[in-house]
Amino acid sequence: MQREFVEAPVRGVLKWIDQRLPVITWAYNELVVYPAPRNLNYWWNFGSLAGIMLTIQIVTGIVLVMHYTPHVNMAFDSVEGYIMRDVNWGWLIRYLHANGASMFFALVYIHIFRGLYYGSYKAPRELLWMIGVVILILMMATAFMGYVLPWGNMSYWAATVITNLFSAIPLVGDTLVTWLWGGFTVDNPTLQRFFSLHYLLPFVIFALVFLHILALHQVGSNNPLGIDLSKKDKIPFHPYYTIKDLFGLGVFLLVYGYFVFYAPTAFIEPVNFEPADPLKTPPHIVPEWYFLPFYAILRAITFDIFFIPAKLGGVIAMFGAIFVLFLLPWLDTSPVRSARFRPIYKQFFWILVLDVLVLGYIGGQPPEGWYVTIGQIATAYYFLHFLVILPILGKIERPLPLPKSLDEPVLGTAGAQAAK
Amino acid sequence: MMRALGMWEQQPKGGMMTATPSHGDADRGTRRDFLELVSWSTLAVGTAVALWPFIDSLNPSKEVLALASTEVDLEPIEVGQRVTVMWRGKPVFVAHRSQEEIEAARATPVDELRDPEPDEQRVQRPEWLIVIGICTHLGCVPVGQRSGEPRGDWGGWFCPCHGSHYDTAGRIRKGPAPRNLDLPPYTFVTDTLVRIG
Amino acid sequence: MNRRLFRVLLLAVAMVLGSAATLLAAEVEEPPARDWPHEGIFGRYDKAALQRGFQVFKEVCASCHSARYLRFRDLAGIGLDQATIKALAAEFTVEDCCDENGEPFERPARPADRFPPPYPNDQAARAANGGALPPDLSLIVKARDRGEDYIYALLTGYEEPPADAEPPGEGVSWNPYFPGGWIAMPPPLMEDLVEYPDGTPATVEQMASDVTQFLAWLSEPTMEERKRTGLKYMLFVLVLTGLFYAYKRKIWSRLH
Repeated sequence: MQREFVEAPVRGVLKWIDQRLPVITWAYNELVVYPAPRNLNYWWNFGSLAGIMLTIQIVTGIVLVMHYTPHVNMAFDSVEGYIMRDVNWGWLIRYLHANGASMFFALVYIHIFRGLYYGSYKAPRELLWMIGVVILILMMATAFMGYVLPWGNMSYWAATVITNLFSAIPLVGDTLVTWLWGGFTVDNPTLQRFFSLHYLLPFVIFALVFLHILALHQVGSNNPLGIDLSKKDKIPFHPYYTIKDLFGLGVFLLVYGYFVFYAPTAFIEPVNFEPADPLKTPPHIVPEWYFLPFYAILRAITFDIFFIPAKLGGVIAMFGAIFVLFLLPWLDTSPVRSARFRPIYKQFFWILVLDVLVLGYIGGQPPEGWYVTIGQIATAYYFLHFLVILPILGKIERPLPLPKSLDEPVLGTAGAQAAK
Repeated sequence: MMRALGMWEQQPKGGMMTATPSHGDADRGTRRDFLELVSWSTLAVGTAVALWPFIDSLNPSKEVLALASTEVDLEPIEVGQRVTVMWRGKPVFVAHRSQEEIEAARATPVDELRDPEPDEQRVQRPEWLIVIGICTHLGCVPVGQRSGEPRGDWGGWFCPCHGSHYDTAGRIRKGPAPRNLDLPPYTFVTDTLVRIG
Repeated sequence: MNRRLFRVLLLAVAMVLGSAATLLAAEVEEPPARDWPHEGIFGRYDKAALQRGFQVFKEVCASCHSARYLRFRDLAGIGLDQATIKALAAEFTVEDCCDENGEPFERPARPADRFPPPYPNDQAARAANGGALPPDLSLIVKARDRGEDYIYALLTGYEEPPADAEPPGEGVSWNPYFPGGWIAMPPPLMEDLVEYPDGTPATVEQMASDVTQFLAWLSEPTMEERKRTGLKYMLFVLVLTGLFYAYKRKIWSRLH
């Protein structure tokens, strides 16, 4: 499939530049004339919102670095004593950044579930989806290392617990963890390398976002009907979707602003307002909310599986929960993309949403009593959904009749309604 | 058929445009144009205002500003003695001038100077000369604070980097420096206490 | 029908989780919720309470607790003027480094100085307090769940230990709001412990409320600026969003 490129309608100096380095033509094609489906709903706003959020994180992060000191003796002071109190607008930039991480994950999770619902991962968009999963993994790494930087007590213990996951790897585990720490415990060398990587990875994510968009525009956007649309069912990205995205951005900025200005510590554990103390483990270590489902999966494996000890099993399950997403395009065997035409899959989709919410809830509770059992059931279901239900469902489910195009709801009324 | 009127396409370009305004569209067009103008300019203003906190965060912080003034106790400084104090990270020379030094400074004809300034304009009290100890040439710190150091041909300060001579009022007399030594803002809180900054 | 099934399922899960949570609730008593003048979107600090609270902090808390992010100059935020701050700072002595001989020397504090800690380091603090470290109070309200309510409850909630409670050591007191019940801090407030210059009666409740508000300010001195900025931001973004909504409707209307 070869995309048609239109030359950007520019003159003079811009033309001169464009003929030698076609950046204007490139931007013109990706952001102005890109033919987008006419029927995208508001769930399609979250991709561009996530892109904007990434930019906000990078800008606020760069400014924070100008005031932050990555050293165990000064990190906490530089954040809580200096940035929050003395730097002009430091409180604003810090709260934008800290809450921005939560907002970023919220946007990306909605973006992912939209993809799950409408089958956006299916051919020909497998690679697009997989780049997205890589972005998610890098986001998690970046967020985790960023959480360590203020060097509060939860930062310290989160770093200890998460890096200790790698000690579960047989034979090389302990050597690997020592290497990660640059010492025999989480300490200054760890903080400094986390700082370096926390600064680096967002730019890698930024590059991957470009590839993500490139891959998207190569094959075209999916749409709520999940059918391939002809040219006449598409509209230019600008002004239709630029304006729609800006309206969505406004709504998002209200939510974001509410947290930044009126509930800025809603996502910060109180313990993290105490400086790191290697002798004082907080009674209840919880990760940030966006890691809770994965944390629940990690803790669900409380038993040995054959020769795999429980500790390693938990780590494998946790990473497996993310890596299974790479295989999703092939695990889902149904030829129909959108859940609108898959009545049974639609039910399972919502059960999966519920399952992930339950996992998130369990991840925030102490690993005792019923919580463990519920966590185990929810974990089992998570894998069941991807590894068993989806492959079988694609074979046995009878999808509803698909419309041919937006204007020709040949069969049934589903297409006509969806187009509205 | 549903071609958009993209911003760029509205330029008289001919071929790009396919949308044909129908009757009654003229009114709708102006209203849309107005809405378009207001929306985009509000967005532009908002973005510009949002940049301000980031720019302002690079200005001196409250901590830096809190240390922006220095108080000097003049009591222990004897006649003829010169001390160096730090103010905003820069050396400030505080010289308790002797009668001869004051007279030497006041006797100099002002119009012979490269940077003409009478001594009276450079001090608040004749016996106390307070100047920023940074050569106005390229930023070296002149010598002459300690009694054994070279003080240049006019008994003030001498910059070893490129050989500028300053007199007992801190005025440039010889060498490449373009201006007299700068004066920091200061006030006498009491007769023996001066606040710089 | 499916949707109903779904709701039933959801409800069942919620009920299971809810009851489990109740069973697991810790034995620590929940601090009762109080109204604070600085809460809410339009909440602002009560400057008079902050000044009284600072007095309590200075005369009572500061004899054991440090507040390392409190600089005298910050007290402009509770409404003190520069001359008062300067005079106040001069009441304290701080160690500076160094005189001509390289020796540390003592001098009166200046507005830019930190409020001096009661102990030179954590070990000294522990040694003087029976092994327990009095926490730094700079961020204490943010470092505790429901910070203001907790601190007020803790300061006013000392009571006789239950009959079956065994003290873990010498000199501990019983406070149901403290995790574990036994707290090394003896009841810090007593009727008329301080004398307020504004004539407010110094009851335990009054002092606890005042010092809690002061500590809330100390944890978040930029709160008022934040809320003021937030209001402008919200109004602006609301207008912007409205404009783009209208604009979007206008543009998209050509498609329908």
